[in-house]
Amino acid sequence: MDASNLPGDGVVSALTLDVDRARFVVSRVVDPEIPVLTIEDLGILREVAVEDGRVVCTITPTYSGCPAMRQIEDDVRAALLREGYDEVEIRTVFHPAWNTDWISDEGHRKLASFGIAPPVPEDAVLCPRCRSDRPRMVARFGSTACKALMVCSSCGEPFDWFKQL
Amino acid sequence: MISAPPQGTTEPDLTPEIRAIVAHADDNLILAQRLGELISNTAELEIDIAVANIALDHLGVARALYTHAGKLEGKGRDEDHLAMGRTERQFINLLLVEQPNGDFAHTVVRQMLFDAYQLQLWEDLSRSTDTVLAGIAAKALKEAAYHFRFSSGWVVRLGDGTDESHLHAQDALDALWPFTTEMFDGGAAGYRPAWERMVIEVIDEATLVKPTDPYQRTGGRQGFHSEHLGFVIAEMQWMHRTYPGMEW
Repeated sequence: MDASNLPGDGVVSALTLDVDRARFVVSRVVDPEIPVLTIEDLGILREVAVEDGRVVCTITPTYSGCPAMRQIEDDVRAALLREGYDEVEIRTVFHPAWNTDWISDEGHRKLASFGIAPPVPEDAVLCPRCRSDRPRMVARFGSTACKALMVCSSCGEPFDWFKQL
Repeated sequence: MISAPPQGTTEPDLTPEIRAIVAHADDNLILAQRLGELISNTAELEIDIAVANIALDHLGVARALYTHAGKLEGKGRDEDHLAMGRTERQFINLLLVEQPNGDFAHTVVRQMLFDAYQLQLWEDLSRSTDTVLAGIAAKALKEAAYHFRFSSGWVVRLGDGTDESHLHAQDALDALWPFTTEMFDGGAAGYRPAWERMVIEVIDEATLVKPTDPYQRTGGRQGFHSEHLGFVIAEMQWMHRTYPGMEW
């Protein structure tokens, strides 16, 4: 990320932590397993705040056992460090529980263009390639905890569906 | 002289609330470990992935619960202390979850009986005044519903399948039924009616017969386990105990 594109003057000190700028930096961190989505698109970024000279970033897991959470924490720290924020605390909260309604409209659009059917009800899933409405479930548990594997009955494309939760 | 094993000394200092959280964490951790044994060993790739996904959900729930219990306790124990630093007698998981995977029928019957129980448990705990616990439960509830679809679907497919698969499913049900009453001990009796309705519906659809033998085994919640748990824990903890404080 190029600091000159960021709001603010790029100079950070403990006394003048710019929370909007920190939030902007964090909001651009991508999900390691679905790199087309930022953690903001995904709705797992709850809050970015400044407390006692530290940036406090609150995130929530998609699934209880999501193995990407640790990676996301590291990526958030690294992104903030690159922009000069070296005092960072990551908090993981479970309440209220995340659900797929928190994925933004932009997130839905990005998923579809990436070849992953977005989290609509199972009977409303469209093939991301040919838009056919006749996909068939292959496996309810797919490549990651949050996805199921489907195949299109029209064009034969196998694709992931982001399960509605 | 061999002294008698300590009686009732399992985590004696824990309040009932924290002890309950640790018990649920232990259930999820041990079942995750059991399911993890199956990875790369199941009959089909799809089942392998499903089992791994379910194991991961249980592991995630266990980690969140241990972390929460450690914070409530306030003695500096974190998830690793609780999962890797306790002995067999200190684990208070249900006997059901430590039972061996057996054949695939045993695995899915065990899972179905447990999923149906967890659906009642998480529904209840999602209304807890402890908001952290309520959040963990609300998430786990959705996951348990998904697990139940998988496990109950397979129980029906095996039970109502070939003569051979039916035999295996009935064997598994008979073998695991004695471990079901324990789920409803200690204030959880209210979960039983809804659990039983769900389970009997599956059993009926699977053309299986509900076991009638009244014999039931309990003790897991007091730290008295079947011989299987020690082996599960030995495999799970040896790395952590060999290299204390190790990190990836």
